Amino acid sequence: MSQTQAVVAVRNVTKRFPGVIANADVSLDFNAGEVHVLLGENGAGKSTLIGMLAGMQQPDEGEILIGGAAVKIASPRHSLELGIGTVFQHVLLVPSLTVIENLMLGGSWWQRLARGAALKRFQELSGLLGVTIDPDAQVGRLSLGEQQQVEIMRALWRGEKVLILDEPTSMLTPQGVKDLGAVMKRLRDKGVALILITHKLVEAYAFGDRVSVLRLGRVVGDIPPERLKAMTESQVTDTVIQMMFGTTEAHARDAEILTGRGRAAHKDRAVDRSGAARLVARDVSTEADRGACPLRDVSFDLWPGEVLGIAGVDGNGQKHLAEVLAGQRRAGSGKIAIAGVDVTADGVPERRRHGVRYVTDERLGEGTVGAFSVATNLVLKEIGHAPFWKRGISDWPLINDHARAEIKRNDIRTPSEKTPVGRLSGGNIQKVLLARELNAEASVAVFNKPTYGLDLQNTRLAHDRIIASAESGMAIVVISTDLDELLEVSDRIAVMFQGHLAGIVENGPDVERKVGLLMTGAQSGTVGEAA
Amino acid sequence: MSAEAETLPGQLPGGDKLKEIGAHIARVLIPVLLALIMGGIILLILGKDPLAYYGYVAKRGLLTWGGLQETFTRMAPLLLIGAGLIVAFRAGIWNLGGDGQFLLAAVITSATAPVLVGTLPDIIVLPLCMLLSIATGALWSVIPALLKARYGINEIITSMMMSFLGTSFANVLIKLLFWDPATTVPQTRTLPVEDRLPRLGDSTVHSGILIALAVIILVHLMMTRTAFGLKLQVVGANPAAAIHAGLNVSWLTIATFAISAGLIGLGGSVEILGVFGTVRADWNPAYGLLVVPLVFLARFNGFGTIGFVFFFSALMIGGDSAARRIGVPNHFVLVLVALLLIFLAVVEYLDHIRRKKAR
Repeated sequence: MSQTQAVVAVRNVTKRFPGVIANADVSLDFNAGEVHVLLGENGAGKSTLIGMLAGMQQPDEGEILIGGAAVKIASPRHSLELGIGTVFQHVLLVPSLTVIENLMLGGSWWQRLARGAALKRFQELSGLLGVTIDPDAQVGRLSLGEQQQVEIMRALWRGEKVLILDEPTSMLTPQGVKDLGAVMKRLRDKGVALILITHKLVEAYAFGDRVSVLRLGRVVGDIPPERLKAMTESQVTDTVIQMMFGTTEAHARDAEILTGRGRAAHKDRAVDRSGAARLVARDVSTEADRGACPLRDVSFDLWPGEVLGIAGVDGNGQKHLAEVLAGQRRAGSGKIAIAGVDVTADGVPERRRHGVRYVTDERLGEGTVGAFSVATNLVLKEIGHAPFWKRGISDWPLINDHARAEIKRNDIRTPSEKTPVGRLSGGNIQKVLLARELNAEASVAVFNKPTYGLDLQNTRLAHDRIIASAESGMAIVVISTDLDELLEVSDRIAVMFQGHLAGIVENGPDVERKVGLLMTGAQSGTVGEAA
Repeated sequence: MSAEAETLPGQLPGGDKLKEIGAHIARVLIPVLLALIMGGIILLILGKDPLAYYGYVAKRGLLTWGGLQETFTRMAPLLLIGAGLIVAFRAGIWNLGGDGQFLLAAVITSATAPVLVGTLPDIIVLPLCMLLSIATGALWSVIPALLKARYGINEIITSMMMSFLGTSFANVLIKLLFWDPATTVPQTRTLPVEDRLPRLGDSTVHSGILIALAVIILVHLMMTRTAFGLKLQVVGANPAAAIHAGLNVSWLTIATFAISAGLIGLGGSVEILGVFGTVRADWNPAYGLLVVPLVFLARFNGFGTIGFVFFFSALMIGGDSAARRIGVPNHFVLVLVALLLIFLAVVEYLDHIRRKKAR
């Protein structure tokens, strides 16, 4: 199957941005009936390459061949017409429209919207992906994970020639990943050329027929199907790490994150649970809008110095849990106490005074005001309070000084403290949030998907911050859809399923299987409702 | 024309400040010139002499003492409306109900001031009427504010609807309650000239202009240098972030509406206390929506608004007289403002592309 002519090929493609070469002389063939894995760190040039295939950018040099003929992919629409469907890392749906409306968007303007046919295709794809989404739910009200599932459907909508998946598994359960793998295999067997971008070697090995490694904009290695088939998983790991870092003794932690075997970093912190719990939640329930998942009778205790990981498929109430703990969302019933004080009725400012911190997953959506300066964003939750405000009057010199100190302390890469925070990279925006939330007065911290969209280095930094915070005596809740991440940082792992805490297990041997079972609802009392 | 950029003192990257200010001025002056040229071309097409038109506008609006005084007098209500709009727009609240708020406040002022001057000294009556007008304006914003805060109902629609109701209600109030029995046309009782806002020196300009300038500068400082102003800006720039940061968005929405409508109401009061002394039932200058583009042109900046209001007032005053002499419709001034808006958007767009390329 690798002898056939490439469906899509890039030839000597170079793409420059001011100050960086994103792609340098890249040549790759993508064949029909092949899952081609692209591995590489953020900044390795994968996204740029995809951007060019998807028609969002044009190469400065070199060409893109489709079926052997050089083609200028002028626009995303053109790319779709050529049969290249892309699922981007960031959600590109219209939030105010419903799921089915989003899926019907691709048609020409003169075509009538055929809802019946669209629904049929929707059901088909739902079956294929094994997901249950309300087709009439407004996309903006879905969780990020569900939105991504809709994105995958959208890319599959017309049964394209080429399907590009940019980190598609980061939000799925182990079972969901397996299902996606099955979908990919089916599509591959139908002759689709799949391009899979991932950080995780396990996935590359499990799903890939061919692996290419990118580093600093160049293709630094290629494992063709014959060779890949003959290799064991650990051989692949070694080979790829060598390609990526130029040495087998690569940064041990990078390799761990890459392979998803980060357990070694989890120090066996002994959590003292003899004292009083720092955070107590009892039968907390919330009310939800259509399409969102509310909390139902969530109870747990959290002790100082402990990290509680919350696993689960996105959209099972995690967002509500984070918001209800932060005071951003009202608990419909139940009780929340911090260090023995009932804070159920308190809003964000009062909770903050009790030391509650919330690092949101929507860094630009709600965590920061993109158009405002880094300095302003660093004090966004202190507006009106001393020392930065005296009798309501802003002390801008002090706010800017504070920002400069935080920028230095947290190694935030920004031209200036006055730069709008929206211009920074995701990793640096996250550093701004961490700097704002984690200070000496913090006693309970909630992290929602703390490493979503971050590169290896920033992922490592975020994990270090979480562990260091726990070691300093904070009680920490980490919500993540990345089980490997939870295995690395958590002392206990709870699973959210349809708004319930399906169970809490100690982090240790065999925890993956237990969590996996809880995630799919197999062990909770509500199996009947399970998808 | 975006409401996104935060205007905080010293928030520009150091060093480039002068260059940045220069670019700002260029971004305003180029559209002004283009609008005047385009307006001239339109006049030519209409068979009128553009130079004569602009000449009369400049002469009547700026270059004669009497015209300049009229220009300054006209600025007072416009500046107060501008101040009210800045507060609202910066907080992301599109209070387009200015006309109703303005007119009702004017009617309440003209209904109370002539009655009170007989019993109380002017020094008490004038501020009292102003406070009353602020309360009236604010009161007329309560319904859109509550609907927005409580149910998220689009305030553009509700405030405009309240504006139509407000202008009609003002009319009804005059005809049913405040009709001066001494007149045949429906109008309120008239505040004697000697009891109105004092003139500045021996000019015809009343002291309302000072109040207006003070208010708009205070509003500018409030938005840029106080916690309250920053909170409003956070709500305006990213409501989700405001909730995340624990701001009471509902309360801030209601407060914003009250301040905005109150200041617009003050504008109505000042116009009555300074200029007319009475409200006729058919009087509606419709300043509320006129000021909206000016505030946009100034990017919600108080000082910028002063400049544009001055420019626009001169155009209005001069345009009136020029229109009569040249035979151009009065509303040609609005054509110029519309052209200005279009060219401002075009220049902004080109500038945006240029900066994107430079990055």
